[in-house]
Amino acid sequence: MRNPFATTVSDGLWTEAPRHSGFFRRYVLGQPLGALGFALIVAGFAVSLLAPFIAPYDPLVTDYGNAIAAPSLSHWLGTDSFGRDLFSRILYGGRTAFLIGVSASFVGCTIGLFVGIASAYIRGWIEMIIERFLEILLAIPTTVLALVLVSSLGRNLVYGIDLNLILAIALPIIPKMARVARSQALTIRSQSYIDAAVTLGFSDLRIIFRHMAPNITGPYLVLLTAFISQAILIEASLSYLGLGVTEPTPSWGLMLAGNAFNTAMTAPWIVIFPGVAIAVVVFAFSMFGDALRDALDPKARADR
Amino acid sequence: MIRYLRNRLLLAIPTLLGVATLIFFMLNVLPGDTVETMLRAEGGSPSVELVAAERARLGLDRPLLVQYGDFLTGLVTLDLGHSHWTGKPVIEEVMLRLPITLEVAVLSMIVAIAVAVPLGTIAGLYQGSSIDYAIRIFAIGGIALPSFWFGMIIALVMLWSFNWLPPLGSPSLMKDPFRLLQQLILPAIAVGYRYSAILIRMMRSSVIDALHEDYVRTARAKGLRVARIVWRHVVPNSLLPTITMIGLEFALLIGSLVVIEQVFSLNGIGRLFIEAVSRSDFMVIQGIVIVLTVIFIAVNLLVDLAYAAIDPRIELG
Amino acid sequence: MYNERSGMMDMGEVMEQIPAKTGASDDAPAPLLSVRNLNVQFRANDSLVHIVRDVSFEVRAGEILALVGESGCGKSVSSLAVMRLLSDPKTTRFTGEARLLGKDYFALPEEDMRRLRGRDIAMIFQEPMTSLNPLLTIGRQIAEPMFEHLRLTASQAQARAIDLLTKVGITDPERRLTQYPHELSGGMRQRVMIAIALACNPKVIIADEPTTALDVTIQAQILDLLQSLVREMNVGLVLITHNLALVARYADRVSVMYAGKIVESGTTRQVLETPHHRYTEGLLAAVPRLDVPRQARLQSIPGQPPSPRNFPQGCAFHPRCPVASEACHSQPELSATDKGQRYACFHPAMTWQVAALASPAPVPADDRVVRSPVLQVRGLAKDFHLKRGGTVRAIQGIDLDVPEGGTLGLVGESGCGKTTVARTLLHLQAASAGTATFRGSNILSASKSELLKLRQKIQVVYQDPFTSLNPRHRIGQTLAEPLLVHGLCADKRAARARVEELLDLVGLPRDITERYPHQMSGGQRQRVGIARALGMKPELIICDEPVSALDVSIQAQIMNLFADLRTKLGLSYLFIAHDLAVVRHISDIVAVMYLGRVMEIGTRAELFERPRHPYTRALLAAVPSLGDENRKSQAHAVVKGDLPSPLNPPAGCVFHTRCPIATGACRSAIPPAIALSQTHRVACIKAECP
Repeated sequence: MRNPFATTVSDGLWTEAPRHSGFFRRYVLGQPLGALGFALIVAGFAVSLLAPFIAPYDPLVTDYGNAIAAPSLSHWLGTDSFGRDLFSRILYGGRTAFLIGVSASFVGCTIGLFVGIASAYIRGWIEMIIERFLEILLAIPTTVLALVLVSSLGRNLVYGIDLNLILAIALPIIPKMARVARSQALTIRSQSYIDAAVTLGFSDLRIIFRHMAPNITGPYLVLLTAFISQAILIEASLSYLGLGVTEPTPSWGLMLAGNAFNTAMTAPWIVIFPGVAIAVVVFAFSMFGDALRDALDPKARADR
Repeated sequence: MIRYLRNRLLLAIPTLLGVATLIFFMLNVLPGDTVETMLRAEGGSPSVELVAAERARLGLDRPLLVQYGDFLTGLVTLDLGHSHWTGKPVIEEVMLRLPITLEVAVLSMIVAIAVAVPLGTIAGLYQGSSIDYAIRIFAIGGIALPSFWFGMIIALVMLWSFNWLPPLGSPSLMKDPFRLLQQLILPAIAVGYRYSAILIRMMRSSVIDALHEDYVRTARAKGLRVARIVWRHVVPNSLLPTITMIGLEFALLIGSLVVIEQVFSLNGIGRLFIEAVSRSDFMVIQGIVIVLTVIFIAVNLLVDLAYAAIDPRIELG
Repeated sequence: MYNERSGMMDMGEVMEQIPAKTGASDDAPAPLLSVRNLNVQFRANDSLVHIVRDVSFEVRAGEILALVGESGCGKSVSSLAVMRLLSDPKTTRFTGEARLLGKDYFALPEEDMRRLRGRDIAMIFQEPMTSLNPLLTIGRQIAEPMFEHLRLTASQAQARAIDLLTKVGITDPERRLTQYPHELSGGMRQRVMIAIALACNPKVIIADEPTTALDVTIQAQILDLLQSLVREMNVGLVLITHNLALVARYADRVSVMYAGKIVESGTTRQVLETPHHRYTEGLLAAVPRLDVPRQARLQSIPGQPPSPRNFPQGCAFHPRCPVASEACHSQPELSATDKGQRYACFHPAMTWQVAALASPAPVPADDRVVRSPVLQVRGLAKDFHLKRGGTVRAIQGIDLDVPEGGTLGLVGESGCGKTTVARTLLHLQAASAGTATFRGSNILSASKSELLKLRQKIQVVYQDPFTSLNPRHRIGQTLAEPLLVHGLCADKRAARARVEELLDLVGLPRDITERYPHQMSGGQRQRVGIARALGMKPELIICDEPVSALDVSIQAQIMNLFADLRTKLGLSYLFIAHDLAVVRHISDIVAVMYLGRVMEIGTRAELFERPRHPYTRALLAAVPSLGDENRKSQAHAVVKGDLPSPLNPPAGCVFHTRCPIATGACRSAIPPAIALSQTHRVACIKAECP
């Protein structure tokens, strides 16, 4: 393998600077995966929103005569064991995924942000209590904690959306976000511009909201996207286990549950397409989050 | 060293107590009633008196704090109560199923670390090259693919290509390790893939950071060979944050295990947990969460010890 | 010549193999290292930076060549290029020739170059904290190049390592071999780096700012060590630094760099006493000096050093040059005097005097000093309680007086507690004991509402201009916010007008309000920090190392600004710094701190002309000065040993472990402050001895 440290003298120097990179060059060509992720997210949102107009069939309508049909012109992705059109169910499943994923992540991250910042700024015994509490929550695996909450909260359907499920997924996210927010806040707190704000006589609230918070928005946004993908995965796992979204609401995880594995031995499309859908969406959010993190990283800023 | 272990164990106790308390109150204070669910499952709608009688029999009508006290005393004697559903002691049920879960967990970790460390190092050393991209795509796959789905797919692929399915039964580690390995290798790969993806990314970014550090520049200035610079200077320093990550993400591993046991019909704690959740068997749920927390604390302790073994700046005790 | 089987090469052997060279001076021996036409380019997404332009220099055996310049001039990059340590061919390119003992090693393939590195040419870096691998023992790290280049056995390597450690002045070398870097102090780590560099008997050593991160007293030890090693082992040393005084004391020859080019070179005496290039002249005038009478104003160079992204056309210095003309828009050639001094200037300075000698400052009346002080600190103390038990007594028994309309300078090395003094006075931390009386009231026990009023009267300017401004706020917002919060301005319009006033006061253009901190230079950021402090109309400003992070030419500008503002606005300063010359320039009263206590305090004249405390004397002796060129042969009392840990300070007088005149009595009791005059107090039992 070539030597990663090798340096050799060059024959000549460069004669001209690279063209000044505009938005396209820097953000699309420079971060191709991130741009792809972003495009997929936008497409996914659009498709889910327009599902009622795009889906060729009603996802809930059964057609036993046509059960477990292979992909064909009339059913692009085939049908499941109830004869329901897979393509439509995947489109509607996207709605579930986006809805639950985005709201759970948003609720969890925002609460976590405030808890984290507060615990870094307010010294004393409140800080210690919050720290202990976060530690306890972090000791329990995310999926397990979500399951415990699901079991104890039960279901609470509001306009067809299970609010308790969203809460059950949001809660394990709170301590994770709080931990990162806290460590970021502690770093910022030790910067001299915070000291300067204190010596200028600003109130605590002003310092937290106008001086510390803007410097945390970067990591917050990055983690928000990262947790959206995690929330979608948790929802899929819970639905697969039969403890998340329940029939007949379409959900990608639910489409993999129960007898699907055995059926898939002879009709693989039942299992392949929902999984691919999950993978694509999770991939999109992860890549976009990565690119966002790289773009916001102050070390990468070239204008100094 | 002994003092350090003792201190850590002492510190673990409040955490454990905290978890136990939190779970207890989460399950008992929030709405949802296990007795009603149980009786419904047996058929028909139970009358209010029947439910009350059943509750009294199980001791659920006592004041909450008394129940809590009982629970705590039970913990100390390792008595996690009895399942409301089956009546059997929780600790027995758990111990029966613990070995297989642990075996899968360990196997997954071994797979993950064995894959992640070399791949992450290579990706970091040759940042920007095509092999770096290939490894990164590999890692992305591990993060994007749901592990339970991946498990299904590889099982299906094995079935179609080699007509092979993991053997059933409960081979023991001591007497029949090869058969056990066959049974566990697919779930271990499914879970390990995701775990390794996270570790690859961590290792890669640590290696990239290390390459910019001053001590690597010093090593180059000394005229050392590449191999020595990588093995002696880059990798050990990059391992440190990766080791920490192993501990932190172990919780993720357990979460994935819970689901994977369902896919491969393994008779482990995960499966027991799912059953308990679906029938609201609170005693079992509590007990399993506590056991999982103990495992988590133990793993983190091991991770910290490993960290201290490599990093001389950490003082034990 | 590069046969590894020969192991350690004998210097005599080597010298015989050098072909006779004809150079500028025929009687000088051939250079060990000769760099010609070095060019380095960095390429980023949207910029091409030609950071090193046609640089040439050479080093002979037993000689120290100093490469001097301010930040951004390309001196560090040059050294890395010479070692071929630049990485990433995609973004870096370099051309030129570099000959070691006559052979051009730039042309060698990487594997052969690797065998040269660490063996024939070695490098010492700036930050000893991070330049050693924290996970390996010292012994291992010293032995590595020996195993690689000299093929020694383990026991041979260990024996040689012990020799090397002893040679660099580390006590108890056997024990050190098994220790890890974090167990050693900064000075010791740098000594280890020197030992590593010497491990294979190199011909040339490059030292990139080796003492910048170290305290003054340690700096003197390390540089004295390097100098003696160079003489003894007959190696060539390239010393990269920004400190002209160091050059005066230690270097034989010097090359001055500006904007990627060498603008002047010659022997140290030539360049420092008769500089020809206007930049060198300006630099020499801008450095505050301890060896000449104090100047009223420092002569600063206007503007700031150019960013490598856009070096000016032609002579890069012409935008800042007092005698620039049309001709300066084209590239000046390197001319030489008959004595070998080279310079690249169309209008060189032919006569130059130390400006101060021409116009010494009038001695100000000392009444400023004895007026009632604006801030009176008595018995200030601060203890820190560590999590795992134990207390750090950061400061104890501090007595200070800041004169009204004047400046108290607080000076000391790292860990002496001067920053803690500032933080406690500013109420960023609670003091453990003591009082601080400001206009009659004790600020340390102020209530919340009193504190708010006090915060307006006592303001602060920080050291690091970058982190003291919120990176997400524009300058206009940063300056206007305190005005609006405290009601000093009624509305946004009034605030904007006041902000413009403040910017005028500190000499910044008004349109800077739209910029973010990362778009400005260090000097500009510091001016913003000062403007922010002034906005509150304070009476006392605590300056915590405000110029330490700035280049010499900028430092002079800011120092002048401080002095002007003090006169114009009637301010008083508590000025904290570690550079004695800077402190002397601006202070009326000076206090010297060590390990949390005040060792000596007195007027400027008393402290600098008649220091009584052995620590003050040692500090003054350790600080190199531009005039040292003439006093090179004089020995100076160097403080031995390292700074004790603040967790475990020495009993009695905290300085006694390193004091050249300590006796048994010094260990038994903390010496009280003996007053030698109304303003001069010394905490030493020997204060009154001659």
